[in-house]
Parts: sequence; structure tokens; C-alpha cells
Amino acid sequence: MPLLQVKDMSHDFGGLRAVNNYNLSIEPAQIRGLIGPNGAGKTTIFNLITGIYKPTEGSIIFNGHNIVGKFPHEIASMGIGRTFQNLRLWRHMTVLEHVKMAQYSKITYGIIGAFFGTAKRNREEAEIEERAFKLLDMLGIKELSDQKVVNLPYGAQRKVEIARALATEPKILLLDEPTAGMNPEELAQMMDFIRQIHSELGLAIFLIEHRLRVIMELCEIVQTLVFGEVIAEGPPDEIKNNPKVIEAYLGKEMVA
Amino acid sequence: MTFFFQNVVNALQWGSFYALIALGYSMVYGILMLFNFAHGDIFMVGAYIGCGVATVIITLSSSGVIVLPHWLILVLTILISMFLTSFVGMLVERIGYRPLRDAPRASAAITGLMIGIILETGNLLLLGAQRIKFPSLVHSTTYNIGGVFVTNKKIMIVVVSIGLMLALDQFVRRTKYGMAMRAMAFDYVVVPLMGVPINTIASMTFAIGSALAAAAGILFGIAYPVLDPYMGIIVGWKAFVAAILGGRGSILGATLAGFLMGFIEIFVAMVFPSTLRDLIAYSIILLILVFRPHGFFGEPYSARLRL
Repeated sequence: MPLLQVKDMSHDFGGLRAVNNYNLSIEPAQIRGLIGPNGAGKTTIFNLITGIYKPTEGSIIFNGHNIVGKFPHEIASMGIGRTFQNLRLWRHMTVLEHVKMAQYSKITYGIIGAFFGTAKRNREEAEIEERAFKLLDMLGIKELSDQKVVNLPYGAQRKVEIARALATEPKILLLDEPTAGMNPEELAQMMDFIRQIHSELGLAIFLIEHRLRVIMELCEIVQTLVFGEVIAEGPPDEIKNNPKVIEAYLGKEMVA
Repeated sequence: MTFFFQNVVNALQWGSFYALIALGYSMVYGILMLFNFAHGDIFMVGAYIGCGVATVIITLSSSGVIVLPHWLILVLTILISMFLTSFVGMLVERIGYRPLRDAPRASAAITGLMIGIILETGNLLLLGAQRIKFPSLVHSTTYNIGGVFVTNKKIMIVVVSIGLMLALDQFVRRTKYGMAMRAMAFDYVVVPLMGVPINTIASMTFAIGSALAAAAGILFGIAYPVLDPYMGIIVGWKAFVAAILGGRGSILGATLAGFLMGFIEIFVAMVFPSTLRDLIAYSIILLILVFRPHGFFGEPYSARLRL
């Protein structure tokens, strides 16, 4: 059974059809890619899956449940984690607070516990911090834990976003252009890291990317989206040589 | 010199009212990017609820059903009224603001104005136009401290207010709800993706703001024991100014700005005729805002995708 399955999903913004008849099937622990020119609707698909938008038509089945119409926090709690193309961090909160916030539903102590530091609160806080530090260590940003994110370099901020998404303990991680704006060295690091979390945590990963190199090296199957429609789907080598994809990316003359 | 300190005491009292109300404005604005213009009227509703609760408890106590000491009557009145008024705030959020999350901000702002008018006229309808006397909760004692006359009421008002502000500060720092509130102030969109039910947090924000306004209402009733349905308008507007002056969503900012406004008003009135008080006081505040357009602790922010 696929972990995440999208069936015949369409979405309209007013009169504009942003996503048309979109289908997707991701198996557990699979890495999938989604490429396409700017404005093709890639991020819209992420917003639909995570419940920020509600699809006009179609269904989204995650782990056997239809999640269309559920609140974003419910979908997140079911195991869909996500990062954003433009970093969406809480500027003046610390790295550790970001990773703690992602464990919100694990915090069961209430106001009394928080004010008076009960044993339960201390025990839970210790567990939450331990998990947080484990993740931060894995990403190599443990020593930055008490820094406010606004003061961190770009690459580190990206890692904080991924750590935060992982802290929600997702079964699938949606990464929206994780290498955007990175230099070649940071890019190579990020790719290694994606491989690492995939193998260590056994996560399924759904990746939006602009850089073909990242897609080619990481993904088993790639979809190409143009004007809200999938024009090609298959293994990276096949996609790379698909005339429709080349046309969408480079223009018609180049094909001829 | 004693005249000066006499005014400091008065400024602290008025600053307490402004600060307590400003916190509710500031939290809602910071966390939900909303001006809750009904907040001044929630202060009024809180004062009336406090009046009702106090009357009931005093009647029970004096008729011998349960005899309570004075201090306990005061504490119970404040706590019960805060609790009850928090539901008024949650109701306002649920009915007036939640359906308008996607609407233009201006629509949400006029919702606040309309709810305010509904609360004022609703009160008028319910209790009539006559003013209501707030029951005496504190037996006034005046202390002469080196020529400065301080009543126990004023001390109590300032102490209770600062206590509530410290409690709020701790709540925001220590609880997961407070952490979610701080996160929402920076970026709203990602918070639910961390498994946080933001509607709950929105409700809670209104509940806390309204509870603080209720406390302000009771303290106000203790200092100036006459209530009328329009008592929240001017005080509410002034507290709103304090909230913006403090900086978006800043608890410390709203508190300091509230007290600053108390000081500016009282000291302007000390030097100039009191008819010029607001004219001069608010010209000063306008000038401050010109040099600090984001308020004391606000920071520039970019437009964020709304939910």
C-alpha cells in the first residue's frame, strides 16, 4: 500500500486552475522528485497535501486515511512534515525552541506544571530536549542550539528548518527546494544529509527541486509539472531525455 | 516634592489600567495581526461582570451563607470575573473574527467596532441608562508617607496589575501555549504544521486578553466606583495607543507604554490646565511615534501569508 496517494486532485484559484488532475503515489521510504518551471504549481501541491489549501477536487490518502478537509495541525500530527522554499523560521526564537515547538503535541504538562516545575514537567522537558539535541547533532548544528535563528547563516537556517520538520516525527518529509540559494559545497552537504536522513530514519521524501543534478542523484522517480499538469513521470534518466521536459525547460527551438 | 510623588502614585494607578488593557490589544495584534477594537468594551463588560460577581459574593457573605474575609472577597471577585470575561473574549473571537480570517484586515477591524457597539448598546438594553455603583470591595485607608498620601486602594491596584503582568510574562515564556503564541507572532503559517491547533491558541489569546481587561475593569471600579456602558471607549482607545507604542506583540512594550502614558497624562495635567491634558499628552506620544514608528520593541516585519 502506498504511504501517500493523491488521486485526481485539482485546485482552482478563482478562475485559474493551478493544479489539474494531479496523481501521485509514494511508497514508504521512497524518494520522489517534482520538477517544473516557476509557477508550475509545485508549491501549491505541497500546500494542498499539508492542508493549507483544500483541493477543489480529488482525494489525498495518507496511511489509509483521506486527509482532505482535515486541519493542517491534524495532518502534521499524522506524519507529514514539511520545509519551505523561502525559509519560514521564527526570527527571534532560538534553534532549540524551534525544535521544541515541533514537539508541541508531546508536551502534556499544563500551566501548573510549567509554573511550578513539577517532576512530570522536568521529566518531559528532559526527554524533549534530549530528542531535540539528538536531531541537532545529526544536522551538525548542536552548538548553535541557544542562538536566535535570525543571527545564523543561511545554510544553518535551512538545517534548522529541516530539524524542525524532523522533530514532528514525520513518516514523509516534503522538502521544497532544500538547496535553493546554496553554494556547491553546501549543496553537496545537503544532498549527503538528505541521503543520511533517508537511510537512518527510513523516511519517504518528496522533493521539489530546480537543480537537475539533485534530482538525478537522489530520486527514484521524478514528475515534471508544467502549468499545473504532469507532463512526464519516470526515472530521472528517462525524464532528462524526454522531449516534452526539454521543451518545457529550454524552449522549443532547442529541441529542434 | 511631595506634590511630585503624589502624582507619581496617581500615574502608576492610571498606568496600571492602560497597561492591563493594552496587553490584550497587543497580544491579539501580535499573534493574530488583528486590531480587536471591541477590547475597550470588553474592559467595560469585565467591570460590569465584576460588579455583579462582587454583589453576589458580598450578599452571600453578609447574609451569613458563607462568611468570607474582605481580602478573600476581593480575590474571588477578581478571579471569577476574569474567568467569566474570558468567555466573552472567546465568543467575540469565535463569532466576529474567526469567520473573517481570510477577509481583508479592514473588514476584521470594523467587526471589532461593530461588536463594541453591540456590547455597549446591549448593556444599555439589559441594565438601562442609569449609572451603576460599583460595590465597595476595599475599605479605604490612607497612609501618609512623608507627606505623600497613598491609599491602600492605589497600592493594591498597582500590585495586582504588576502581579498579573508578571504572570502573563511567565505564561508566555514557560508554557507550550505561550511558545506557540510567540511563534505565531513571527510566522503564523508554519505553526499548525508543527501539530499546533491554532484555533485553540487564537481562543486562548482572546481569553487571556479579556481576563486582563476584566481585572482592569474591577480595579477601575474600585478606584472610580461608577460604571456606565461607554466607560470603555476612551480608556480603550488610549490603551490601544499604548499597545502600538509598545511595539507589536511585545508584553514588556505594552506594559511600559501603558505606564508611560499614565505618567505623561498625569504630569501634563500637573503643569498645564487639565483641559489641555490630552492635547499635550497625545502630541508628545505622536512625536515619539514619529521617531520610533515600530514602537519601543517592535521590529519591521514583512507581510505574511495569512490563514
